[in-house]
Amino acid sequence: MIEFFQQLLNGLSLGAIFALIALGYTMVYGVLRFINFAHSDVFMVGAYAGYYIGRFVPEHTVWGGLAALAVAMTICAVLGVIIERLAYRPLRSAPTLNVLITAIGVSLLLQNLGQFFFGATPRPFPELFPVTLFIFHGIYISSNQLVVIGVTLALLFALRFIVLRTKIGTAMRAVSQNPKAASLVGINNDLVISFTFALGSALAAAGGMLYALNYPSIDPLMGVLPGLKAFVAAVLGGIGNIPGAALGGLLLGVVETFVNGSKDWSTYKDAIAFALLILMLLFRPAGLLGSFTKEKV
Amino acid sequence: MPRPLLALLIALAAAAALSAYSDHFDAYYLDVAIGIGINLILAVSLNLVNGYTGQFSLGHAGFMSVGAYLSAALTMWLGPALLQGSESAFWPPQYLFFAALLTGGLSAALAGLLVGLPSLRLKGDYLAIVTLGFGEIIRVIFQNCEPLGGALGLNGIPAYTSVFWVLSFGALTIFTVHCLVHSTYGLGFIATKDDEIAAEAIGLNVTRYKITAFVVGAFFAGIAGGLYAHFKQTISPGGFDFNRSIEIVVMVILGGMGNTVGVILAAILLTLLPEVLRPVAEFRMIIYSFLLIVLMLVRPKGLFNFPGRSAKS
Amino acid sequence: MRLLLVTCCIAIFTLSLRAAEPIKIGEFASLTGKQASFGQTNHRGAVFAVEEINAAGGIFGRPLELITADTRSLPGEAATVVKKLIARDKVTAIVGETGSAAALEAAPLCQAAGVPMITATATNPRVTEQGSYIFRACFIDPFQGTVLAQFAHHTLHARRVAVLVAAGNAYSVGLAQYFKINFTALGGQIIAEQKYAEGDKDFRAQLTAIKAIQPDAIFASGDYVESALSCVQARQLGITAPFLGGDTWDSPALIAIGGSAVDGSYFSAHFSPEAKELAVQHFVHRFRARWGELPDTGSSLGYDAVLVLADALRRAHSTEGAKIRDALATTRNFPGVTGRITMDAQRNASKAAVIFTIKTGQFVYLETIAP
Repeated sequence: MIEFFQQLLNGLSLGAIFALIALGYTMVYGVLRFINFAHSDVFMVGAYAGYYIGRFVPEHTVWGGLAALAVAMTICAVLGVIIERLAYRPLRSAPTLNVLITAIGVSLLLQNLGQFFFGATPRPFPELFPVTLFIFHGIYISSNQLVVIGVTLALLFALRFIVLRTKIGTAMRAVSQNPKAASLVGINNDLVISFTFALGSALAAAGGMLYALNYPSIDPLMGVLPGLKAFVAAVLGGIGNIPGAALGGLLLGVVETFVNGSKDWSTYKDAIAFALLILMLLFRPAGLLGSFTKEKV
Repeated sequence: MPRPLLALLIALAAAAALSAYSDHFDAYYLDVAIGIGINLILAVSLNLVNGYTGQFSLGHAGFMSVGAYLSAALTMWLGPALLQGSESAFWPPQYLFFAALLTGGLSAALAGLLVGLPSLRLKGDYLAIVTLGFGEIIRVIFQNCEPLGGALGLNGIPAYTSVFWVLSFGALTIFTVHCLVHSTYGLGFIATKDDEIAAEAIGLNVTRYKITAFVVGAFFAGIAGGLYAHFKQTISPGGFDFNRSIEIVVMVILGGMGNTVGVILAAILLTLLPEVLRPVAEFRMIIYSFLLIVLMLVRPKGLFNFPGRSAKS
Repeated sequence: MRLLLVTCCIAIFTLSLRAAEPIKIGEFASLTGKQASFGQTNHRGAVFAVEEINAAGGIFGRPLELITADTRSLPGEAATVVKKLIARDKVTAIVGETGSAAALEAAPLCQAAGVPMITATATNPRVTEQGSYIFRACFIDPFQGTVLAQFAHHTLHARRVAVLVAAGNAYSVGLAQYFKINFTALGGQIIAEQKYAEGDKDFRAQLTAIKAIQPDAIFASGDYVESALSCVQARQLGITAPFLGGDTWDSPALIAIGGSAVDGSYFSAHFSPEAKELAVQHFVHRFRARWGELPDTGSSLGYDAVLVLADALRRAHSTEGAKIRDALATTRNFPGVTGRITMDAQRNASKAAVIFTIKTGQFVYLETIAP
């Protein structure tokens, strides 16, 4: 029984990271209707940003960790805006396929620039937050896992607040519903889209840093598989739907953990994640919490 | 005799002639030529799916791996048994190889059917991710399949691939795709890409076109996989991953989606480039990705897309 | 006047050396990419060996030229670069690679071309099974598995061991296999076998399952990143059993990533810079002078591989593949820095293994186990 709850906890902390990355995917898809392949590499840049900043802040301090987190998120927010401005904005009116290809190009570029500048050898990530172990009725929880779950929840609520209660959030929802109408009522689409990217990239950076805290080995290709899994999570929950992304992330994390812990199926876990995706797209394309929009001619 | 058929026969004859004289050429250049041929088959077959039919498939390497593994399994396991006691060193192995290639191609075609069917309802981004997912699933299956070498893959595959086979199948691929698309039936592919709903509205069986594109594309990818396996003599699941699929996609994009000539040129260029850039191999991928972005921004129709040659899109 | 004479002599000597056609040795290694840390140390060892040999006059008057190709830790690259080394650069022999998978790719090619190949650190037995031209300067996994099983049983008094394997990695699977066979033969019990995919970072699920059955020790044959992370996570889950690993643990990055979690664990390796032999101490001293760092498994084996090859070249007194092959096969008690090297019938080096433990972030040499 203890084993079950321990696995559940493991799954939730893994799922929280998927959720964080999935949030970024879902936001950008909601507003721009395309999958930002480069998202997983912004995740990687966030982790490396945390690594370099970690050299200037003392280890095992809460303020050090938070400072690194804030700076990493800011750097990646700027990166996201730059990417959008240079690579995606000129293709705003092009067929989605072209933007998708560009996104793949940006993703590959970031990966390869990362390999070039950072070197492909994995690097150990510093312990930024103080690390303690909590034991609760035989279940072991690392403080880093709690940090992940805590930060994810905090960012989730912050995101929901921004989207539902602020002017820019309302503008984001307007652009996602109907860009032309939104610009007609005076919304600056460019600004809103840039803001969306900034927000999404900041979330990716947070995800990257938290991932690196828990699995303290970073390399330039670290974002590829978590990114794909997070995308699966976003689709599971309903792409474009923020609570859905969180739910999808947690669900995928738990499923993957239980598969991992089973004796025979652990090596198939990647295939199972994708199989889940395919099944979901076949039977309920809108995802768990999403709503299906009929394609009109 | 119709021109494409004539061209095919000439190409086959040229391939035979070239390979008969192959001893006179530098082994390195022959290797490069074989590499070009394999990439050509991959790119042209993907062009049918991505370019002409507009189905954005990111899992082409998966079909390639099916062809590679199954053809290698045939030559490695059944080969010695079938070839025992044969007197000529030339003929029976070549028949075996041809049979192996066909088996690989047909298995890949089956895989194409299995991947294409569920993907029918999906478009654009979703289709891309699902095909990517299928590619990964195929990779994981091979990785866990101990009889096929598991994660280490197969090595010591007999080196049956020669210039003749590569050029012949290359010509065959181009011929098939060209004839398929430039027929009256074939206009349906392009119609599917342009506007699916309109195509359905005028009575075209869009489903059939999509499936056909996937199956034919997968078949030739499987052939390319078999040629690859008997060229490199060693295959592993890791060599057929997402990155491989992307490399093929880049060739199609560079050449111009739906432009066979452009895609052929792109395949040649992108096979030669790594060899030329080997001293600066680190920069190659950076240049590649940069190229992809710039291309989409500046010349989305592809580098080699000359007006009047491409399918209207 | 004497100085002028000496200078002239040296000039003539080096000129003659330069004028003498170099013997080309091909090297293929992962200089970039995931395995770069191993590839780089191997490379440094090989380069150092070539430099020392050339400084001492080369092989029958001819300098060695090391032509290095980067396999970038990618599957398929090894085959491509080795083909090039053989066909274009026309190398006499080939050294490489650190990883068994890449070595396996290249071995059939070298065998078919009749070019002798010697790998410094690839431990999977299948590598030398590819043919008579393929040699190995280190011990193989069946031996390593035996060593670790003996250590676990006799020294650690472990009777119930759980195994954690990187399913996608031939080395990891192979080593775990041999450990299991030998450990059960000694009377021990393998109580669990958990797998993960190469590149995974989260092992909590597998470790939680292992924790439930309370093993005496955990055998983890993955690479140093995965092993270090599994140690960290195991400690976080409250598992106190020591870990046992193979030669992929032998990297300073293990401690950098694992921190205090890897203290008290054990692993087998090829070389210890603390070994008492004078020759080893001299080597350590010279190597440190040249590269500014202590030699490790990769560099010392890379060094020995080239030395063994050079010795074979000298005894064969020719650059013909078949003669070099025969000379290599008759290598007996060659004094390498990693021990006395004798090529057995399977062309593997029969050598001792060393066991390290980790105390407060340092590798501590424990014992040597001979075959």
